[in-house]
Amino acid sequence: MARRDTPEINAGSMADIAFLLLIFFLVTTTMDVDAGIARRLPEKQPIDAPPPPVIKERNVFEVIINKNDDLLIEGEYSEVTEVRQLAIDFIDNGGSKGNPMLSLGETEGKECDWCQGAKDSESSDHPNKAVISLKTDRSTTYGTYIKVQNELGAAYTVLRNRLSLEKYNILYTDIMIALEKDKKNESLKAKRNYIREHYPEIISKSENQ
Amino acid sequence: MSKFNKKKKGLPPINTASLPDIVFMLLFFFMVATTMRETTVMVEQQIPSATEIKKLQDKRLITYIYVGEAQDKETYGEGDKIQLNDKIADVKDVRSFIFAAREGVNEDERDYMTTTIKADINCSVGTINDIEKELREINALKILYSTRRGEIE
Repeated sequence: MARRDTPEINAGSMADIAFLLLIFFLVTTTMDVDAGIARRLPEKQPIDAPPPPVIKERNVFEVIINKNDDLLIEGEYSEVTEVRQLAIDFIDNGGSKGNPMLSLGETEGKECDWCQGAKDSESSDHPNKAVISLKTDRSTTYGTYIKVQNELGAAYTVLRNRLSLEKYNILYTDIMIALEKDKKNESLKAKRNYIREHYPEIISKSENQ
Repeated sequence: MSKFNKKKKGLPPINTASLPDIVFMLLFFFMVATTMRETTVMVEQQIPSATEIKKLQDKRLITYIYVGEAQDKETYGEGDKIQLNDKIADVKDVRSFIFAAREGVNEDERDYMTTTIKADINCSVGTINDIEKELREINALKILYSTRRGEIE
């Protein structure tokens, strides 16, 4: 019996088929990662909730964006680029005693010994008392709003980075990146909580009526 | 002379046998690295950029709300529109939309659910505030303003 070799299968068009699939996936898929500015909304207050405690005016950093996207900070016209430094000066002022930090076992408020601000009696008492109040108009543009939110967030990041570098010799942002990779690392978590406790992000938001 | 003529050959054909392998490799990379777009966005989406951004990891725990002017203005008219799933909806529908999203998630993970607001750079903050008011009502407090990474102009 004559043995015949099986003819070789022509694989020349394999590449074409694979290219076709490749192009299909290239076109139909998106590479977007979900990233953005994270905020936590305040909890809904029950109707019979007690009125909120009165906050001293010097502890409130008022940022108003009007309907023409003009920026008014503490009663003065400002540019978006100035927000960051003004917010840092305000938060880091450390003029007086703060609220007691319960997690550190404090029963009464202490002065902010990690602040490097001007200790101005007209500005905030303590980072954990400093409230940033962001007021917008209904027709403020979202783009401007995000810019301001970003700058306010950046102010906290700058301060947190500074404290973290002094205390742990690592940037706060680096701690956060390391935590992303290693979610169960307790020592990193403790560091993060320590920094957050010392510079808590208190941004209140409201709409001008 | 004929001796020399014999030697004169054309270039040997390039072996393309490994070409499919290379292309398949690329193909698998794209298949794994990309996600299918689940909804067709029907509103304008020019996402603002920011520097202080946080990345979200778990896609299952994210619900998306798109905000912007409708691309099809003849049908939906002018002004900011809110898109939930595949249709333009009203602010009031946000609640049932979030409730529906919660159904698909384990109870112990519900606290970690985040609402991502993908809003157009030109839309008004009032619309966003309306959505946030609804979210507060149903205790969906974690939100993310979707932005690209980049310096602000």
